[in-house]
Amino acid sequence: MKHTITVLVENEFGVLPRVSGLFSGRGFNIDSLSVAPTLDPSISRMTIVTTGDQKILEQISKQLNKLIDVIKVIDFTNQNYIEREMLMVKVSAEAESRAEVLRVADIFRAQVVDVTPRSYSLEVTGTPEKLDAFVELLRPLGLKELVRSGPIVIGRGPKAWRSVD
Amino acid sequence: MKKTGSQILLECLRLEGVETVFGYPGGTVINIYDDLMDSPITHVLNRHEQAAVHAADAYSRVTGKVGVAIATSGPGATNTVTGIATAYMDSIPMVIISGQVPTPLIGNDAFQEADMIGITRPVTKHNYLVRDVKDLARIMKQAFYIARTGRPGPVLVDLPKDVQMDSAIFDYPETVELRGYKPTVSANPRQLNKAISMILAARKPVIYVGGGATLADVSDDLLTFAETIQAPVTTTLMAMASFPQTHELSVGMLGMHGTFYANMAVTESDLLITLGARFDDRVTGKIATFAPHAKIIHVDVDPTSIKKNVRVDLPLVGMLQDVLPRLNEGLLKHADEVQEVVAATVGWREQIVKWKEQHPMAYKQTKSTIKPQYVIEKLRELCDEDAIVATEVGQHQMWTAQFFDFIKPRTFVTSGGLGTMGFGLPAALGAQAAFPERQVIDISGDGSFQMNSQELATLVQYRLPVKIVILNNNFLGMVRQWQQLFFDKRYSQTCMELPIDFVKLAEAYGATGMRATKTEEVEEMIKKGLATPGPVIMEFKVAREENVLPMVPAGAGLNEMVLAS
Ligand SMILES: Cc1ncc(C[n+]2csc(CCOP(=O)(O)OP(=O)(O)O)c2C)c(N)n1
Repeated sequence: MKHTITVLVENEFGVLPRVSGLFSGRGFNIDSLSVAPTLDPSISRMTIVTTGDQKILEQISKQLNKLIDVIKVIDFTNQNYIEREMLMVKVSAEAESRAEVLRVADIFRAQVVDVTPRSYSLEVTGTPEKLDAFVELLRPLGLKELVRSGPIVIGRGPKAWRSVD
Repeated sequence: MKKTGSQILLECLRLEGVETVFGYPGGTVINIYDDLMDSPITHVLNRHEQAAVHAADAYSRVTGKVGVAIATSGPGATNTVTGIATAYMDSIPMVIISGQVPTPLIGNDAFQEADMIGITRPVTKHNYLVRDVKDLARIMKQAFYIARTGRPGPVLVDLPKDVQMDSAIFDYPETVELRGYKPTVSANPRQLNKAISMILAARKPVIYVGGGATLADVSDDLLTFAETIQAPVTTTLMAMASFPQTHELSVGMLGMHGTFYANMAVTESDLLITLGARFDDRVTGKIATFAPHAKIIHVDVDPTSIKKNVRVDLPLVGMLQDVLPRLNEGLLKHADEVQEVVAATVGWREQIVKWKEQHPMAYKQTKSTIKPQYVIEKLRELCDEDAIVATEVGQHQMWTAQFFDFIKPRTFVTSGGLGTMGFGLPAALGAQAAFPERQVIDISGDGSFQMNSQELATLVQYRLPVKIVILNNNFLGMVRQWQQLFFDKRYSQTCMELPIDFVKLAEAYGATGMRATKTEEVEEMIKKGLATPGPVIMEFKVAREENVLPMVPAGAGLNEMVLAS
């Protein structure tokens, strides 16, 4: 089962390996991880996507809470939340495919961020599923390079997760 | 006034109440060692950094204070790792100071550089690399706080040489602010009340006590609790001394080498009241058949321990110092119902007595060859009630747990979680440094003893009169036992072919050595050994192929014990 966990941590060096070590130490793969400072610059927010059985995830979440540098752990899995990921892609765009690439980009509301006579670079945001679909449509046209940010999430409604409550 | 980093470090130790540290010098801690000459702190020079950490660990285990060890960067620091991991597995509060190469050289493969933050991350509760002398006092304050609060554990502070030499105004913070760390949890009152109802409804209750009870110093509350509800008490290896093993409610240790009656009691129990224990695989045996009829109450300060290995019916996250007195108070309010429970559980206690009579802890005594269990029984009889016993790891350790009836809290020092051979001798040293006037005994096998035997020098130098009992079977006995039982007696690499003259070894270090080879000599020699001043090795040539029984084979259920014939 896929889990999306948000972790608020002290914005200090050495925190990332502590967090990732908890996963690797239990043979768990991190599917994606994104991290950046929050409104309070002394706190960073990590969004971690991982797959695994509920019981082990509960352990990991408890273990994360136990880390001194971890301020809060939020498991969004069973909550109402919005998820977005960003993707940039370099596509071959030779004579006959140039128009098709732009058509696909248009449908997905992707931006063209770089153009050369033989390629387009596109940028798009959306749910991971939308990005998957986008990639599948571009694949036959000649994907040269792809980079994804990993998803970030925010809960729905007025409640805000900022720091310590 | 400004102080250097090394002076600040020593000031912090002093303000934390540290009197004795254990360690070993080297290039990147030379400043600390220089300032140590002007500090009131006593330093014990061990002969190996691993031993220094074990000694500091045991110092903590017997006093309850935070143990402190110092090592130089690189090999000195990596030598501490086994010691740190040992303390981590048994949740022992420690602060380990490692020197580090100067900050500009970090990451350059500098001489004697090792990434201690990376290496010790999985075996410390927390660790710090100090990059600015201005942070040092705060970090030391936090390190001690983290080490001793919540579920205790070792904290490593990696201190680069240039930070030791830099200066800053010294100001020791009075409070700790760690927004990600809130260890002092008070148990939820509703959960507590539920626990009381469950206790009052139980007809076959068992109290299962782990190392958390030792660390929380709750022996008195535990005694009150057990006597109030008149429930049998089983202890893990880490909790043997937290409940008097001579008490009529004691059923001794449970698990792989536990007593028949403890394992039967757990298997038949309808309520397992778990206090600061963590359902280790050596305790539970096959999970599917562990306490199959019991509801489980689990009290632990560490939420990650709860539901990790077994299902739990009532989790109670909290400190035993808080939970046990409140349980006792709660029970006091239900005095009538408690009386009913005590009356209703008479049959259960009778059943336990029957099990005790059916398969008591026993061994076959022989006329001439010394039985190791006999040595331990005699030792208990002849040493002081508050004598501290450290052990190494192996059969002798299990026999100590089985046959040495511990009475006073914090008198049993053993590596439970990691099972580190070579722990006992430096541990006894650390315990003796804490209590120079008390009897301190290391119970050892011939194999384990040789893993840190260099510490004889430290004992003699500091006049630490540790009595070392070597149960010499010329085997790595515990492994040999497994080979006998599960590998067709194929003794691969477990026979210590070279017999060591331990008496001469003791003498070479300036200690006293003595040896017994026959049963009839045992008592006299223990008396003589205990009465001899200074460190003493008492070597007993024991039955070579004696086995530790009962035994629950790996993967079997607690009720599938192999019993002593
Ligand atoms: C550092 C370390 N290495 C290996 C082991 C595996 N081991 C466990 S018990 C044991 C034998 C111990 O022999 P000895 O100290 O002579 O004690 P005995 O079992 O004979 O009483 C060994 C090798 C261990 N626990 N620790």
